[in-house]
Amino acid sequence: MTIRDMIDKLDCSLAAGTEEMLDQEITGVYCCDLLSHAMAKLDPGNVWITIHTNLNVVAIASLTNVACVLVAESIEIEEQTLARAVEKQVVVLSSAKTAAELSFELFCLLRKAE
Amino acid sequence: MGQMIIRDFDIPANDFSVAGEASSTVRKLLSQLGVAPDRIKRTAIAMYEAEINAVIHGRGGKAHVEISGDKIIIEISDEGPGIEDLELAMQEGYSTATDSIREMGFGAGMGLPNIKKHADELVIKSEKDKGTVVTITVNF
Ligand SMILES: Nc1ncnc2c1ncn2[C@@H]1O[C@H](COP(=O)(O)OP(=O)(O)O)[C@@H](O)[C@H]1O
Ligand SMILES: [Mg+2]
Repeated sequence: MTIRDMIDKLDCSLAAGTEEMLDQEITGVYCCDLLSHAMAKLDPGNVWITIHTNLNVVAIASLTNVACVLVAESIEIEEQTLARAVEKQVVVLSSAKTAAELSFELFCLLRKAE
Repeated sequence: MGQMIIRDFDIPANDFSVAGEASSTVRKLLSQLGVAPDRIKRTAIAMYEAEINAVIHGRGGKAHVEISGDKIIIEISDEGPGIEDLELAMQEGYSTATDSIREMGFGAGMGLPNIKKHADELVIKSEKDKGTVVTITVNF
């Protein structure tokens, strides 16, 4: 499943990133708002679900090579974060759903795609 | 990789617009050098945590990085308040981070334990009111 497939199926929208960045394959999903945990646990190609929208999210997403950051609960994403995401080529998505709902739905989608 | 590669970075205090830049630059460099992804990951985790500690606890500092054929040595130093009780600081969950730092997602008290877990060698030298030097080695 690519990021594009996920956007189609999951009811989320693109906040930062370009069309051609959406071809990346998703390798898994991880959800945690403690940045030390995220830094240690995120694998390349993962979707990282979080409610943080500060600059450090982009730093960690870039360092861990995640497929994208998925911000839950439609939390407003800081302008500087979006600008930095574009600069660092980090895809950022937004959804109205909670982190728990998104985790569950993504797990189901990934299982089905296997 | 015959020659040693040396890099130096400034780590500004409380500036989250550049926090993680040193780690990010080193990660890219290691990847260009063809270092194994698992080793790069360990290096990135350990260095990022030490870099962030210098930013949020150490009033900023410096990173000195030496890459040779078989390992990377990272020295993160600051002239901040120092760590009074190192044994306590190494415990999972121990943190003196302020509320505003926690709101950003830091302060889980997992930084030093994470460094210990992912580095092949970790040496911390710290003196109250003088500063802290964290030396991390990851073997390739
Ligand atoms: N460079 C440093 N200078 C001063 N104190 C530090 C430094 N690094 C770590 N500490 C102390 O050790 C504690 C634990 O660090 P760490 O495990 O990284 O957790 P956290 O950064 O989440 O608080 C910190 O809360 C702080 O009190
Ligand atoms: Mg820390």
